[in-house]
Amino acid sequence: MNKLYINRHIKIKNNSVFIDGKKDFFNEEENLLAFLKSTYKNYGIKYAKFFKMDALSKLGFLASELALIDNNKDLLPEQTALIFANSSSSLNTDFKYQKTINDVPSPSVFVYTLPNIVIGEICIRNMFRGETMFFVQDNFDAKFMCNYTKNIFENTDTKQTLLAWIEVSENNEYHVDMYLVSEDKSEIELNEINIKNKFEL
Amino acid sequence: MIKVYTEANNIISPLGFNTVENFQNVLKGKSGVQIIKNSGLSSEQISVSYINTNIDNAFSEIGDIEKYTRFEKLAILSINDVLQKTNLNIDKSKTLLILSTTKGNINLLDENLKHSFSKERLKLHTTAKIISDFFDFKDNPIVVSNACISGLAAVVLAQHLIKQGLYDNIIINGTDILSKFVVSGFQSFMSLSDKRCKPFDAERNGLNLGEASASIILTKEKQEIEVSEGSTSNDANHISGPSRTGEGLLLAIKNTIKDKKDIDFISAHGTATPYNDNMEAVAISRAGLANVPTNSLKAYFGHTLGAAGVLEIIISLEALKNNVLINTLTCDNLGVTEEINIIKETKEQKINNVLKLASGFGGGNAAVLFLKNE
Repeated sequence: MNKLYINRHIKIKNNSVFIDGKKDFFNEEENLLAFLKSTYKNYGIKYAKFFKMDALSKLGFLASELALIDNNKDLLPEQTALIFANSSSSLNTDFKYQKTINDVPSPSVFVYTLPNIVIGEICIRNMFRGETMFFVQDNFDAKFMCNYTKNIFENTDTKQTLLAWIEVSENNEYHVDMYLVSEDKSEIELNEINIKNKFEL
Repeated sequence: MIKVYTEANNIISPLGFNTVENFQNVLKGKSGVQIIKNSGLSSEQISVSYINTNIDNAFSEIGDIEKYTRFEKLAILSINDVLQKTNLNIDKSKTLLILSTTKGNINLLDENLKHSFSKERLKLHTTAKIISDFFDFKDNPIVVSNACISGLAAVVLAQHLIKQGLYDNIIINGTDILSKFVVSGFQSFMSLSDKRCKPFDAERNGLNLGEASASIILTKEKQEIEVSEGSTSNDANHISGPSRTGEGLLLAIKNTIKDKKDIDFISAHGTATPYNDNMEAVAISRAGLANVPTNSLKAYFGHTLGAAGVLEIIISLEALKNNVLINTLTCDNLGVTEEINIIKETKEQKINNVLKLASGFGGGNAAVLFLKNE
């Protein structure tokens, strides 16, 4: 099969946004939702649905917006796949929803108690209809994720994939590493080592 | 070219603790869905498929009942049964466990539930590792959590991994249990029926939640039934409502059946919510499959979320082996905008393949096609 490359890499953690390894934005705001809002504003994104999302979806949405900037590939909706993983599933929102149960259970919170909702949000924003998968892993399994991404390119019509580790813990610790992957040549081939290197930056 | 087949399987539900019991009860038209009052699940009466058998009696024969949660016990019992029933030589160092679940041990969050399990148990990968370690599987288990399509997504994943030559055998377990967390959530969405749900019926008014654990072995060793193709797709429409045009599901169906014309039997998702069933009918019709006998098993088992795909695949495969079309228990009058062929009476008929569908929150859709080898 053809070689795959990482065309763009977005990292958001420790109050910072990194684009292809370079710090692009920093805000010392300690509250996670306030930090995510400041990021949204900094990049001049306009998308009203952002404000109703939970932290996990906001984080993934922001990373996807930055990963897909200047991405003008002429693809069919079904040619973009999303392969995500994290450790805490939707626990951050699960705890919030649990608190509403004895009072008035909130459907708008409940809907975010599934980790794959962030994939749905990104698909809606970008009209992506391709293969999707959400894994829950102890730690980022770069080897497995890389292999599965290659597998998806080989066995389906996929021409582009957003591969991501996207974590928001119960205690609001957050970390996203999102990789835009395609056959378009770049300096960084998709392999376990390159994914890990970027992850560990 | 490696092919992938299905081998031993198990279902634990209110209709039985193994596949045979469950399948026989389905053939008899028995349903696990009952109206119950259970303060641990809801302050109101609810119509659910709840396992009220004492699981500990069965579990104490294989493990320490204090060490495992209700969720884990069900999964372990189910996997244990397939390992007993399999004719394959399962090498624990070369067998992978895939766990398909939406909420795992989420009931542990309930402060009214007395337990001594740590918060770590809420992590799905921790739960999966505990289950996997019970059986001494060497490789770390994989958890897929894609809402209601998780079971089918797990089959698609397992098929890829076996075809790649990474594993000879993969055990997929799908489990979800009833909890106040999930029941209250669906209540808040106003999507629960107060009676037994009526998939595809004109009077359907919502779904029944259910709990189950179901396991199936996928293998590269030739068996009677082959996993032919599978695909997932997204609606890109709404996070909690299905697309009206069925575009995403249509795509998953097309990618799965490709040019194949003679589909014999469809096991739909059929939750009995007004929107889901109509969306499915539209997608099935647009795929040119309006005449194919189609059922939903939700009136038998309720919607068992992460278990649903695996459970419904197993029942459908039994139907395929036994040449029987299983009815949609409670559908009296078709009430969708497309004239699809909903099976109202269970009947014998020669069938050679079954197409399983699923759709869910997050806009996910999936389809998997199984073929019977002659």
